[in-house]
Amino acid sequence: MIFLQNTAKRINLAWTPGHTSVAIVIVALAVGFLPFVKMGLVANGVFLGAIIALGAIGLTLVFGILNFANIAHGDYMTMGAYIALFIMGSLLPQVGIESSGLGPFTFGYSLLIALPVAVAGVAVGAIVLDVLIYRRLRDRGVNVVVMAMASLGIAIALRGLVQIIWSGDTQHYPRESRQVYHLPMDVRIPPDAIFIAIVTIILVVGVYLVLTRTRMGKAMRATADNPDLALVSGIDVQRVTWWTWELGGVLAATAGVLLAVFQAQILPIMGWKFLIPLFAAVILGGIGNPYGALVGAFVIGVTSEVSTQWINPSYKPAVAFAIMIAVLLVRPRGIFGGGRS
Amino acid sequence: MGLLEASNVVAGYGQTEILHGVSITVEPGEMVTIIGPNGCGKSTLMKAIVGLVKVRSGIVRFQDTDISGYPPEQIVQTRLCYVPQSNNVFASLSIRENLEMGAFTRDDDYRSRIEEMFRLFPDLAMQPGRKAGTLSGGQRQMLAIARAMMLDPVLLLLDEPSAGLSPAMMGTVFERIREVNQAGVALLLVEQNAREALRMSDRGYILVAGENRLEDAGKDLLSNPEVARLYLGG
Ligand SMILES: Nc1ncnc2c1ncn2[C@@H]1O[C@H](COP(=O)(O)OP(=O)(O)O)[C@@H](O)[C@H]1O
Ligand SMILES: [Mg+2]
Repeated sequence: MIFLQNTAKRINLAWTPGHTSVAIVIVALAVGFLPFVKMGLVANGVFLGAIIALGAIGLTLVFGILNFANIAHGDYMTMGAYIALFIMGSLLPQVGIESSGLGPFTFGYSLLIALPVAVAGVAVGAIVLDVLIYRRLRDRGVNVVVMAMASLGIAIALRGLVQIIWSGDTQHYPRESRQVYHLPMDVRIPPDAIFIAIVTIILVVGVYLVLTRTRMGKAMRATADNPDLALVSGIDVQRVTWWTWELGGVLAATAGVLLAVFQAQILPIMGWKFLIPLFAAVILGGIGNPYGALVGAFVIGVTSEVSTQWINPSYKPAVAFAIMIAVLLVRPRGIFGGGRS
Repeated sequence: MGLLEASNVVAGYGQTEILHGVSITVEPGEMVTIIGPNGCGKSTLMKAIVGLVKVRSGIVRFQDTDISGYPPEQIVQTRLCYVPQSNNVFASLSIRENLEMGAFTRDDDYRSRIEEMFRLFPDLAMQPGRKAGTLSGGQRQMLAIARAMMLDPVLLLLDEPSAGLSPAMMGTVFERIREVNQAGVALLLVEQNAREALRMSDRGYILVAGENRLEDAGKDLLSNPEVARLYLGG
């Protein structure tokens, strides 16, 4: 991951004509290939892309503001998924709240309780880890590679913790089977996917509003842009750091829960395995660029899903990586030309 | 009692010591200019005063408080504000957002202060939503000063505000700086454009190789033939 360190790191929210032309090219490519691909896979890829987007936006913000690649991000997702499992599978049934049907979804009302708890748990946990580990390293002025290695250690430790508490077996949330929606062109959409889409849209709009409308959000962008100037402007960089972890933690935990719902299973390795599409989306979009991460996530989600039409599904991560490298060869700072303006 | 009293400041980067005991004072409302050859430590001195570079020994006293060792965000709250030499705006933020960040530590309603800054720097008022990174050099410099003015400083540190500007723009920037000073803000200025700066200044310091070389009234430094020959380019 060493190549990550000298890439632009500025949170860029302006939509420029360049962005529009890139978007047009992507759409044109997509439309050109449509006749040859199974639409069902495309639909799947879009929903997978939404989950990747939640993880990748948080990852790119943390990278832009704290200036290191948080390799534990995938395991923050796993933690979120398992906290929700604990709430839905163990805690709520004990107090007499059973998971009963919620609209057309496979899960019940209990998910609406479990999701916020998981989100809060991971957000708090992210701050605790910052205070215990990352802040100490920052204060000693260690370089970005050491920070990334520390996060690798945290990733492994978190995964171990999950295995100790919940075992390494495949589990799943309490669920009832539901009819999928049949659309034309052999597209089948599970009702849960609608939920995933709605949650993703709410969070993406929420992050946009935080970054553009709130004092702390603007301070995050300012700190990513120019840390020294942020300091001498009186910005409390420590508080900015914590809010960044909050935001990243909220998005990661949500992504973890949604992934567990979407895959209808939960495994200690799930977040770790998700790192490759996450980083691919972040790098594709230009590090520190939330729009880029969003678009990158859908590109990775759809292409790796569609690739299973011809390639064994176990190669999906390799496809994500291949796409990332192919794009970087043409545009070294990501599809949107990185964050530098 | 001086407003700012830096005495025997020693500072540097890593193993290298750049300032070997520099002393300067600024009186309330005064304009003071530091000149000296490139790399002599002028910017380092400013960074040491605002807390971006650690003061290894010596003392920085501002309004009778020892601020050496304070973190930067605490120093700006004493109303000692600073405009760096380069990268002195948040390029990816709009003009208005830059000013809001300058007011980050203010809990009161600072909108009227933004309006004041727009009156002082009319160039900025035209498109407050424009990204700072797209501004011209002169406009950028105005925004950088306005950002630092948001906390209503008692002392403003300006590191080479005219660097890289066209002569016309330079005149405008100097004009604004004089206005800021006339409004009662004490100024500590570093300038390559030494003649122009010394002409406006009450006093000047010449810094060489991290040490004080000379201190005098601005116009006396200008008329000193040796200063002219060595530091003002003839
Ligand atoms: N961040 C830094 N790390 C290491 N050395 C630096 C750094 N910034 C400046 N220097 C060195 O410190 C010396 C003084 O620099 P500076 O204070 O910027 O000079 P001036 O502003 O008078 O031109 C120079 O030799 C410069 O190379
Ligand atoms: Mg300098």
